[in-house]
Amino acid sequence: MSDVVIAGVGQIPVGEHWDVSLRSQATRAVLAAIKDAGGLKPQAMYIGNLLAPTVSHQSNLGALLPDWSNLTGIEGITVEAAGASGGGAFRLGYLAVASGFVDVAIVVGVEKITDVVGPELERAIAESTDYDYELAQGLSLTGQAGLVMQLYLHEYKAPREAFAAFPILAHENAVGNPFAMYRKPINQKAYDSAPMLSEPVNLMDMAPYADGAAAVVLTRRELVPESIRHPLVKVSGSSVSSDTLALHDRTDPLAFDAARLSVEGACRQAGILPQDVDFFELTDSFSIYAVLSLEAAGFAPRGEGWKLGQDGTLRRDGKLPILTMGGFKARGNPLGAAGIYQVVEAALQLRGEAGSNQIPNARRALVQNLGGPASTAVAHVLERVNG
Amino acid sequence: MENPRHWRIRKQRYALVGEVCPHCEAKIFPPRDVCPNCGGEAKTQFNFSGKGTVFSFTVMNDAPAGYEKNLPYAVALVKLEEGPIVTAQLTDLGDQPVQIGMPVEMVTRRIRDDGDEKGIIVYGYKFRPAMSSAQ
Repeated sequence: MSDVVIAGVGQIPVGEHWDVSLRSQATRAVLAAIKDAGGLKPQAMYIGNLLAPTVSHQSNLGALLPDWSNLTGIEGITVEAAGASGGGAFRLGYLAVASGFVDVAIVVGVEKITDVVGPELERAIAESTDYDYELAQGLSLTGQAGLVMQLYLHEYKAPREAFAAFPILAHENAVGNPFAMYRKPINQKAYDSAPMLSEPVNLMDMAPYADGAAAVVLTRRELVPESIRHPLVKVSGSSVSSDTLALHDRTDPLAFDAARLSVEGACRQAGILPQDVDFFELTDSFSIYAVLSLEAAGFAPRGEGWKLGQDGTLRRDGKLPILTMGGFKARGNPLGAAGIYQVVEAALQLRGEAGSNQIPNARRALVQNLGGPASTAVAHVLERVNG
Repeated sequence: MENPRHWRIRKQRYALVGEVCPHCEAKIFPPRDVCPNCGGEAKTQFNFSGKGTVFSFTVMNDAPAGYEKNLPYAVALVKLEEGPIVTAQLTDLGDQPVQIGMPVEMVTRRIRDDGDEKGIIVYGYKFRPAMSSAQ
C-alpha cells in the first residue's frame, strides 16, 4: 500500500465570526488547503461537523460545501461523531485514498456556533450526550466533565489546583499561533479565581466553543505534484474506537477505554510505541480529559496523569510536548472542526513551519480527537516524509 | 413538541422500570434489549427499588435550554442497589452537602418545563437523601 500523505493544509482563525457564514468559513479553509497542495483537484470531500443541522438549520453539507467551493459534482459526505467529527472525517478521507478508490480527497472540519447564543447553544451541544437519560436530567458536556473530575479527585486524591497546569500550558503555546482564539498567557491565580461552571470544573478547565474551519488535502505519495515545495507528512497509523455514549453505562468512567484502544490501534499500524512520538496533540476540551488521555495512552499510570503537568514534561521543550499550538483551551474548540485543526497543527510542526512554536526535530506525532468523554476516540500517527 | 418520545419512556421516567437478563441475572437500566453483561437477549421487565448511593456528582451553574429555572442544580451518577448507574438530579438537599457514597432514594419530580403555555412539563425521577439516613 502506498503512503497516504497530507499534500496541503488550510485554516481560518478560530473565534467568533459573527460576519462569516458556515459555508464561507468552510470555503476559505478548503481553498487555502488546495492552494497549499499545489492546486490538486479533490475528487471527494469529507466534512466533519456537529451542529449545522441544529444551530444553523442546515443539513447536507456534502452538497453545499463542494458547491460553494466550486467543486460541484464531486463526492461529498458529512461525518458526525460529536467533538470527534473532524477526526472521523479525516479517517474517512484516509480510508478512501488508501483504498485507491479516491486519488485526492479534501477533508474539511467546520463549526458555526455563533448562529445562536446562550442556553440554546448549550442544549444543541448537549444533544451529543444521551438525550433520553443524560440531557433529560439537565446534564451537559460540561456537566459530564464535572462528574468525571469529581470522581477523579475523590478516587486519587489529586490536588484540584494542579489541573491549572493544562490551561496555563495551552495559553502559553497559543501566544505563538496566529490562528488561536486566546493568545494571552494566564497564571495560577487566574485559574484559582475562575468562576465555577460545573463543580469542580471551572471556566479555565473548559475549552471555549468557537467558530472555525480547517482543511487538509490527502493523496497518495506518487500523485503529489512536483511544484509542492513543502515537506510531506504521511499518515502511518489510523484508528477509531467507541465507548458507551452515556457516561453512566461505564463500569469505570475514569478508564477512557476508547482513547486507549485508538492509540493502541494507530501505533500498532505505524509499528511504533506511543513513547516513540515527538509530541502528542490530545483533546483538552476539559483539563480532566487531557489528564485521562495521557493515562489512557500509557504516558502515566492511572491516577498520576496530572503529575505530568507539574514538571515541564509537557512543554514545548519537554519530553512529551502537548497542545503545541494552544490546544482546545486556547486555540479554541470549534467542535467538529477541532480534529482537523489538530491535524493541521501537527502537520505544520512536522513540516518545520510552526514558527516560534516549532518543536526542534519534530518527525512523528500522535494526534487524538475525542468526542464527549471519549465516547468516540480517533487516533492518527503522522510522520514527516524524508527527502 | 416531543410528546411521543416522552410518552414512550414514561415507565422508565416515573417508575425506574428496567430489565433483568434471563441468562445472567444482570439488572439493566435503562432497558436495552441486549444484556450489556452477557450479550444475551433481555426483555424481562424489572422494577428497581429506587435506592442507591451517590457515585459522583456535580453542580450545574449553566444549563441547557429548558433547565435554566432550576439553576443551580446538582446532578449525580447514582449507583442503584441492584447494580446499574443512572444520571439524575438531586433534590431536597436542604443544607446537606453532597458527598460521594451518600445514600439516596428516587422521587418523582418535574424535570423540565418547555416554557410557554403550550409547552409540556416533563416529570421524571430525581433522587433525594435517603430518609433512613436523614433521621
